[in-house]
Amino acid sequence: MQTTTTSEQHVHDNAHAHASGHHHTETFVSKYIFSLDHKTIGKQFLTMGMIWAIIGGFMSVVFRIQLGWPDETFPILERIFSSWFTDGKLNPESYYALITMHGTIMVFFVLTASLSGTFANILIPLQIGARDMASPLMNALSFWLFFFAGVIMFASLFLPTGAASAGWTIYPPLSALPQTSPGSGNGMTFWLIAMVLFVASTLLGGLNYVSTILNMRTKGMTMYRMPLTVWALFFTAIIGILSFPVLVSCVVLLIFDRGLGTSFYLSNIVIGGKLLPYSGGSPILFQHLFWFLGHPEVYIIILPAMGIVSEVLAVHSRKPIFGYKAMIFSILGITVLSFIVWAHHMFLSGMNPFLGSIFTLFTLLIAIPSAVKVFNWLTTLWRGNIRINPPSMFAIGFVSMFISGGLTGIWLGNSTVDIQLHDTYFVVAHFHIVMGIAAFFGMFAGVYHWFPRMYGRMMNETMAYIHFAITFIGAYLIFWPMHFIGLAGVPRRYYSFNEIEAFAQYGDLNKLISIATIVVFLGQLLFLVNFVYSIYRGKKSTQNPWQANTLEWTSPIEGIHGNWDGELPTVHRWPYDYSRNPNSDVDFIPQTVPLTEEEKKDKIHH
Amino acid sequence: MAEVVDIHEQHVENQHHLPSPDNGEGGEKSAMNMSYGKTMMWYFLLSDAFTFSAFLISYACIRLAQPWWPNPNSVFKSFPGLGDAYVPLGFVSVMTFILILSSVAVVRAVQEGHRMNKKGVMLWMIGGIVGGVMFLGCQAWEWNHLIHEGLRPFYNPFGPDANGLTHLVHEKMSVSPGPILFGALFFGITGFHGFHVFTGICINIWAFFATANGTFEKRGHYEMIEKVGLYWHFVDLVWVFVFLAFYLM
Repeated sequence: MQTTTTSEQHVHDNAHAHASGHHHTETFVSKYIFSLDHKTIGKQFLTMGMIWAIIGGFMSVVFRIQLGWPDETFPILERIFSSWFTDGKLNPESYYALITMHGTIMVFFVLTASLSGTFANILIPLQIGARDMASPLMNALSFWLFFFAGVIMFASLFLPTGAASAGWTIYPPLSALPQTSPGSGNGMTFWLIAMVLFVASTLLGGLNYVSTILNMRTKGMTMYRMPLTVWALFFTAIIGILSFPVLVSCVVLLIFDRGLGTSFYLSNIVIGGKLLPYSGGSPILFQHLFWFLGHPEVYIIILPAMGIVSEVLAVHSRKPIFGYKAMIFSILGITVLSFIVWAHHMFLSGMNPFLGSIFTLFTLLIAIPSAVKVFNWLTTLWRGNIRINPPSMFAIGFVSMFISGGLTGIWLGNSTVDIQLHDTYFVVAHFHIVMGIAAFFGMFAGVYHWFPRMYGRMMNETMAYIHFAITFIGAYLIFWPMHFIGLAGVPRRYYSFNEIEAFAQYGDLNKLISIATIVVFLGQLLFLVNFVYSIYRGKKSTQNPWQANTLEWTSPIEGIHGNWDGELPTVHRWPYDYSRNPNSDVDFIPQTVPLTEEEKKDKIHH
Repeated sequence: MAEVVDIHEQHVENQHHLPSPDNGEGGEKSAMNMSYGKTMMWYFLLSDAFTFSAFLISYACIRLAQPWWPNPNSVFKSFPGLGDAYVPLGFVSVMTFILILSSVAVVRAVQEGHRMNKKGVMLWMIGGIVGGVMFLGCQAWEWNHLIHEGLRPFYNPFGPDANGLTHLVHEKMSVSPGPILFGALFFGITGFHGFHVFTGICINIWAFFATANGTFEKRGHYEMIEKVGLYWHFVDLVWVFVFLAFYLM
């Protein structure tokens, strides 16, 4: 201590300030905007996610109005969207821009960045007993890269030529040649730049989550004592670290095709009777590269939701999670399998049919770990002392959605069945239920469950129940009929069906779907109202409102920098000791409670 | 110090002891007994390996789909200062050797770091940086030379008339120019690798100055040189595969 360096001095100053109960002065900007605190960054991710979800959701309302009432005119909408509408009707080009941006925003910005970003940031350090992420700076950078990716994507909506409109999968040649559609010009360029920034953000975040989990666990928090949320977020981060770089390669080659005149994805293209000079490339190469990210991406979306639901269900049914290790190994199984099933998106792309049978096999194998998880959730609920409240309702809703959507996945994973169903509304119904609605339900369960942890207050239950009822019934009303429309062969992505006789008969069904979409969208605004209202007016939360075992409820509920005053908590047991002792008044034993002599003797989970 | 715990302290704590495998507050042992910084670097390299694998697999797919491909011996045959002399793969061998030597230099820098020898670290880091800069210079010469010969991302002059054409499936096929994706792939992939070399050089220069300022000496360990070195060896390793794909096959 003789050689006091500046940094040591800083620590001393800091330590004194801390000991006497004062923090060094933080400005508004350093505390709420450029914060390095993981809890604030998590809230930032959540806020951005909600803004993006409202934008993306509203887009679906606009194009559902077109699909529900293809003959009507809407002068009011024209006043809001001006150049996207002509004579009160949505332009076909704008329709494609809307579905593209709806997909991009929902898949990447809401359910990838915001879902992982929010819960990884808030839960990882708090649940493993760390003071913050391994690198708080990289963590903040991750958010700000995501933010600027969002700014660029948002700006692309206002380009005179329109936003990208080649679908969220941006298949070339449509996305590679600006002359093919207005949105393939600057809109596509903006999309590509935004996505490269987005991948950098995901990478920084993912590296941080993985190294925090591997290196920063508190004393006693062995890997097998981690809550399933942390396990799920761990594997999610690994999938992201390994699959997103392939999207970068994919996008870089596309940028070269667009900017340098290369022909990686292009060959023998005739536009306006003129043969373009591209030769030797293949659009199927793009599809392989894209789906090598694209398929693991759906597990990046669903795994955090699965982790949240496992935790929430165990807490609210007052039972240990059924099959803790089976849960971990099924996540691992899904992680591994997620990398070898991508070509089931390409059964009809002209790929070798022999490959199709292999990818069918691997795809159907995913049903095994998925089913293990579903049975474990159901058996966790089974004869549990279930507490009905908003988080548990949404968690049960998740299980329902995951089963409904997962079963149709078995159909679509078969290359033979897929020939009939490919690119129909059946596919739209399947993936919206299983990775869209289900992931949203997981996210809602998480927000309702950890809201007191984030803001120190409870969310309003009445509004939450109305929100649940509208969302649950509405989501089935939107997507259940789509299965039948899809079975009848109605293709997705079409602008209007009223001129195709065979499909025009589903006009009324389309109206019903559109009405349900509008109602569900309004229901989400109620959630937003509840969220903002509860931050300021919600009932004050107690330290451990759900009587949960995990460590985040031992950290002061008002949220302090460094998470725990004094020493970090020591962990003595796994997080699922609920209703363990029938003779006790308390049906939960927090992870910080040492094992009793009796418990040490039996060799079940600790 | 022991009772007062603060997030900033934790980071400084780490800096005062040898690289701490745990979270600095006596927590659980980390996986592989590695510090979080090294864990991050390894996962990053894994991620970057996937980027390059995607490029090289794309290269293989595109190349195998063409009826023929330029023979590297007739494309990469020039040597600076030797005019029209036929030196197949001569120059690229020199380039590769330089990059490997530069990796060796960084290995020595890491070793000197373990010995806490600041001067040694600085000396060998300079070696690594000079090797990297020389490699980039060679690459610039080669690119410049090939561009002079007419190679472009969208045009490839190395058609069937070039000497020693390989993979000739259709004997009588006379397409000139050659498969145009040759140029695109060459500039794309060696360029992406060159960009990695460039960032590696920048990081090495930063590490050199941080060493010179005594940052790591104060920290009590040179783990940062190890992490920087990991990246540098990775870039070197990637070159081996790029070399294999473009020059040897």
